[in-house]
Amino acid sequence: MDTQTDTQKDFGPADDHGDDFIRLDGVEKVFDVRKKTGFMRSERRQVRAVDSISFAVARGEMVGYIGPNGAGKSTTIKMLTGILTPSGGRLRVAGIDPSRERTRLAHRIGVVFGQRTTLWWDLPLIDSYRLMHRMYRIPDARYAENLDRCVELLELAELLDVPVRQLSLGQRMRGDIAAALLHDPEVLYLDEPTIGLDVISKAKVREFLRHLNAEQGTTVLLTTHDLTDIEQLCRRVMVIDHGRLMYDGPLTGLHEIGESERTLVVDLERELPPIEVESARVVKVEGPRQWLAFPAAQSAAPLVARIAAAYPLVDLSVREPDIEAVISRMYAEKATS
Amino acid sequence: MGTWRLYTAVAAGAFRRYATYRVATAAGVFTNTVFGLILAYTYIALWDERPGLGGYDQSQAVTYVWLGQGLLAAVAVMGGGFEDELIERIRTGDIAIDLYRPADLQMWWLAADVGRSAFQLLGRGVVPMAFGGLVFHLALPADAGTWLAFLVAVVLGLLVSFAIRYLVALLAFWFMDGAGVQQLAVLAGLFFSGMTLPLNVFPGALGELARALPWSALLQAPADVLLGERTGFALWRTYAFQAAWAVGLLAVGRMVQSAATRRVVVQGG
Repeated sequence: MDTQTDTQKDFGPADDHGDDFIRLDGVEKVFDVRKKTGFMRSERRQVRAVDSISFAVARGEMVGYIGPNGAGKSTTIKMLTGILTPSGGRLRVAGIDPSRERTRLAHRIGVVFGQRTTLWWDLPLIDSYRLMHRMYRIPDARYAENLDRCVELLELAELLDVPVRQLSLGQRMRGDIAAALLHDPEVLYLDEPTIGLDVISKAKVREFLRHLNAEQGTTVLLTTHDLTDIEQLCRRVMVIDHGRLMYDGPLTGLHEIGESERTLVVDLERELPPIEVESARVVKVEGPRQWLAFPAAQSAAPLVARIAAAYPLVDLSVREPDIEAVISRMYAEKATS
Repeated sequence: MGTWRLYTAVAAGAFRRYATYRVATAAGVFTNTVFGLILAYTYIALWDERPGLGGYDQSQAVTYVWLGQGLLAAVAVMGGGFEDELIERIRTGDIAIDLYRPADLQMWWLAADVGRSAFQLLGRGVVPMAFGGLVFHLALPADAGTWLAFLVAVVLGLLVSFAIRYLVALLAFWFMDGAGVQQLAVLAGLFFSGMTLPLNVFPGALGELARALPWSALLQAPADVLLGERTGFALWRTYAFQAAWAVGLLAVGRMVQSAATRRVVVQGG
């Protein structure tokens, strides 16, 4: 726990009060869950969906927010939009208390829920955009400009006159992202924006988000199950589980926290018994090819030198740890401790 | 000004949306016409036995039938309005999207329902009414003033209809399955709007009660205006009755809405 608090201080801009765009201090959300235990009898139980979370996001940052199902990600996003009131703690977005001034905040944020749509199901896509134009009172010139940009970058030109119900999931998602951006929000919350998309659609969405963050300077907070999203988009990642923030820092730091291992794959001249070498162990043997695991923090060079000195080495490659494995190990550790 | 443009856009969208359901509209027109025929012959038999029942002569009674069929879809007595969608959004949690938007929930759905009923008044109302006019002798007014007075009563009736259905839909925030309450509301609406029989024909306390309940603003009130039963002061009293229910129920709807959103906002739903 100590190490985690430390990393939070080192990497998060938590100390930089002036520039925080989003700021949470000890935010909690407790739900009363009623469970029927019999006729006319129910048991009340409190569920801590978010348990004293603190973090800050600076303007222009792109942050990944990850965790397993039910970890509290969506609850956090809902508090950040103002549709859920925190049970405790302090929360500010652009200096606004979201649940108190939801409507005022709404003009400054954009939200995309991957599993829901803000678009008008039975009408052509363009109708939903015209509605956004009115709803957010976007000046005409600004609306035209933003729409053009989104249409170009998200490749929507041919879809504008298609009823939303006829769009594929990937097309609909791009349509939803455009709808969230027409009013120039300063921050975009994305809740699972790539869920269910094929590889090409995912790549398009990621490319667009990268562009949005770099060119427009839009702050992006992204929850996802797909760690490739994070690897490709976010320098900073926050990991949440059971309502608690377990890690806040750069993606690379996760490996150290998770005590992850890298894998050295060596091809020998012929089939040999498992290699015996200091600070690495063989995890798999397949003919002349052997897989050795060694701590991620350790350099591969001396290890390779030692093996080359003692064994007939033909070829080798180093594999970086699987981030997914790192995180699942983190969760497992947390659950047992 | 900006607010009006938004809700106008919502209403226009809803109108266009219902206009895309062409098969459903055609099927609806067919059903309304068939039902109109069945009811018209039933009423003719009834008024043959009891001329002047409820103060209507036979052609007024038949006119009432076709008017009812013409308004049925617009006032959504049998469901099919915005409420199905709102209940579904509450059940699935999509309501979250509606809540973070900078728009008022009640106004939004009212605008959507105005668009829908405007379409259904034209798409589902005109043809059955015209068909009835061709097959039967209808007691329709000749002067434009009565038609105008009738339209005002229809608009007020639509407002009351919306207000009732909005309340019913909001109950889904408490009962996760809103279907039961909705069915109950449909049953009550079918009878108390006068869709089965004009409320005028019911004697005694039941009749008094039926005529005092909000549902009588949906069909009975506009019908009486069109049939020339409400003129002068009586016309204004009818309007006042409809408007009072509309304002009252919309106000209750607002209170329930704020309780419901508070519940969601605090409880998570």
